[in-house]
Amino acid sequence: MANLKELATREELLTGGHRLCAGCAASIIVRQILLSSKYPLVVSSATGCLEVATTIYPYTAWKTAWIHSAFENVAATISGVEAAYTYQRRTGTLDQEFRFIAFAGDGGTYDIGIQALSGALERGHQFLYVCYDNQAYMNTGIQRSSATPAGAWTTTCPPGKQSRGKRQYRKNLTEVVAAHRIPYAAQASPSHWKDLVTKIEKALEVEGPAFMNIIAPCPRGWRHETDETIEIARLAVESRFWPLFEVEEGRWRLNYRPRRPIPVVDWLRRQGRFKHLFTEGCESMLDEIQARVDREWEDLVSRCAADKERAAGGESRTGEGGAEQ
Amino acid sequence: MSHRGRRTGSGARVLRAPAPAKGTIVKALRGADAVAEAMRQVNPGVVAAYPITPQTDVVERFSEFVADGEVGTEFVTVESEHSAMSACIGAAAAGCRVMTATSANGLALMWEMLYIAASYRAPIVMAVANRALSGPINIHCDHSDSMGARDSGWIQIYSSTVEEVYDNVIQAVRIGESKDVRLPVMVMFDGFIISHLLERVRVLPDKKVQSFIGPPRPVYSLLDIDHPLTYGPLDLFDYYFEHKRQQVDAMEYAEKAITDVGKEYGQVSGRLYGYYEAHELDDAEVAVVALGSTASTIKGLIPEIRDERIKGGLLKVRLFRPFPTRDVVRRLSATKAVAVLDRSASFGADGGPLYLEVSNALGRAGAKTKVTNYIYGLGGRDISHEHIMRVYQDLTRMARGRLKPGTRYLGVRE
Repeated sequence: MANLKELATREELLTGGHRLCAGCAASIIVRQILLSSKYPLVVSSATGCLEVATTIYPYTAWKTAWIHSAFENVAATISGVEAAYTYQRRTGTLDQEFRFIAFAGDGGTYDIGIQALSGALERGHQFLYVCYDNQAYMNTGIQRSSATPAGAWTTTCPPGKQSRGKRQYRKNLTEVVAAHRIPYAAQASPSHWKDLVTKIEKALEVEGPAFMNIIAPCPRGWRHETDETIEIARLAVESRFWPLFEVEEGRWRLNYRPRRPIPVVDWLRRQGRFKHLFTEGCESMLDEIQARVDREWEDLVSRCAADKERAAGGESRTGEGGAEQ
Repeated sequence: MSHRGRRTGSGARVLRAPAPAKGTIVKALRGADAVAEAMRQVNPGVVAAYPITPQTDVVERFSEFVADGEVGTEFVTVESEHSAMSACIGAAAAGCRVMTATSANGLALMWEMLYIAASYRAPIVMAVANRALSGPINIHCDHSDSMGARDSGWIQIYSSTVEEVYDNVIQAVRIGESKDVRLPVMVMFDGFIISHLLERVRVLPDKKVQSFIGPPRPVYSLLDIDHPLTYGPLDLFDYYFEHKRQQVDAMEYAEKAITDVGKEYGQVSGRLYGYYEAHELDDAEVAVVALGSTASTIKGLIPEIRDERIKGGLLKVRLFRPFPTRDVVRRLSATKAVAVLDRSASFGADGGPLYLEVSNALGRAGAKTKVTNYIYGLGGRDISHEHIMRVYQDLTRMARGRLKPGTRYLGVRE
C-alpha cells in the first residue's frame, strides 16, 4: 500500500476552488481515492453535490477525464465508457490503460440509481463504483433517502407532534451489492484512511466490478461543526453503526473490530439531526436503535466468522485478523 | 419510382439516379432485419440496447451477428432503455461510433437522456420502430412515440419502405457525424407495418458501406490521455442559453449535410434521397402530405386518384427535424387545398404535429392554399384505400369552397 509520504507526492486530480461546503466528506474521500490510483482514470459522477460543486461551466475542478450525464444512471454511463474502451483496446486503436470510477451519493445509489447499478454489476463491467453515503439528499436540501438512519431529522421526515423523525431503518446497500457476487465490495470510512486506501487499491486491481460504500458526514445535513467531519465518521465506526468490512469473491471479512465499542447514542448525540431523540419520551427509540445496530453487527460478525472458518478449513489463509488495522 | 410514366421528383438536386453499385445483392428482408443488416455493415464500436416490441427483432438479429463474430461491436445488453441511452452517451463521449434501437415506451423511458445526448453533441444513431405510446397499452404502429421527441434536439428521418429504412440508417451515420452537425439521429420505421414486412432490399456490398461512412470521427474523447475532458458540467443562466443556441445552429448545418449525404449516397447506391419525395405535384390542384408507410400506400393509389379525374399529388416528407419548411412552400403553395395526415394526436393543439408544421409553413409564406388535417391510424388502426380516396374527394370539395378545413378523423368510431 502507498504510504502517506508517497500519497503526498502524487498530483491532486481534484483541485481546490470547487464549491463543496467546508467540512464536506465527499471531497476528502474523492481526493483519497484519486491519489490511491496509479492508473489514468475516467471518472463519472451522478448528479449531486459532488457534480454541481466541482463543475460549473466554464470551470472544472477535475484534472482527470470526467463525465456526468444524469442522476440515476452513473453506472450505465460508465458502462458505456468502459465498453468503448474495451472496444478500442481490443481493436488496437488505444494503447493506454485506464481505470473507471463512478461516484454517486446515497440518493443516486440506494434509491434512484439502484437499477442502473445492479445492471452494471450483473454485466460485469470493469469499474469501481463509489457511493459517498451522506445519508440524505443533501444537494436538494436534506431530504430523506433509504440511507437515512432511523430517527434522523430531514426536511421530508421532520420530527413533530406525531413524528420522531425517520420511521424506517436504513437499507443495507453493501449487502445488496454483495448479493451480486461481484469480485469486490467493501464498506469504508474517511476516518480510517489506511483501510480506505488499501481497499481502493484492491478494488482497482480486481477483474470486473468493484463497489465501495463510504460514510460521508455532511455538516449541513447532520448538524455538526465543519471541523468534526472525520471525528463523526470515526464515531460511526467505533459505535459499530458503520462497520468496516469487505466481501472478496463472496468471502466476508471484518476489517476492524472496535476494542471498546461506544454506545450508538454517543454517535447520535454529536449530531443535531438526532437532537429530538434526546428529549423525554424517546428513550425506547434510542434502545431500539441500539438493538438494531447490535443485531446487524452480530449478523456481520457471524457471517465473517463462518467465512473465516471455511477458509481456514480449506486452504489455511488469514482471515479477518490479517486485514484488521 | 413513377407510375405509368408520370412525373415524380425529389428533394435532391440530382435528378437522374446513377446505376446501382456493383455487387449489390437483392435480399428479401423485413424492416427489422434491414436495420440489423445496416448495423452489421456499419459495424459500430458500441451498441447498447434493450428489447421492446416491435423493435425486438432488430436486437435479436444483431445479437446473432455478435455471436457469430460478424461484427466487432461491444454489445452492452443493458437493463433498461434509460441505461441504453446512458451507455450510448458514455460510449460516444469515449470516442466510439454508437448505435441503438427502440420503440414507444422504450423511447419514452429514454426521454431524459435524449435531450442530454443531443446537448452533448453525441452522433448516436437510433432506429425507432414506431409504436403507440401507452396508455392504454398497445403494441401497434402510430407516431406518438417519435413525435413526442421532436423537440429533443435529434435529427428525425422517417422511412416508408424496408429499403428506405436500410438506406436511412446508413446515411444517418454520416449525417450525424458531419462537421458542425454532430447530432444524434433517429431513423423511424412503422412498427409491424414496416418492421415485420418482407420486401426486396438492394443491399450494398459491405465494403461500399464502409467506404461511404468512413472511419469514426470523434472530436473529443474521454480516452484522450493528453487532454482530460469534463463532459456535462453544470451550466447555468450565464451559458446554457448560448449552448442551446448552438444546437439550433447545428440543426441548420444539418440541412446541408442531409442534402450532401443524400446526393453522395445516390452516387453509391443509385438511390436518391432528399428532404421529401414529390409525386404528381407539378400540375396538382390538391395534395396530401404524409410520413412513413402511409406515404407509400398513397403513392400506390395516385394512379387511381388521377383516373377519378382528381388532379391529386403527394408530398412524402422524409425529414421531420430539421423540417423542410422551404420545400413545403415551394412544392405546395400552388395547390388549392392540402390535406396533412397525422398518425398521432397533439391533445389540445390545433391539429397533429405534421399539420402544424405544414400549416405554419404555408401560412407564413402567405400561400392561399387551404390546409386541412386528418388524424388516422392510432394504435395501429388500418388506413384503407377508401379513407385515402375520401381525403382526395374532400380536398376537391374544399378546393371549390364546399368543405371547410379543420381536423377530422379517419377510421374512428364516433
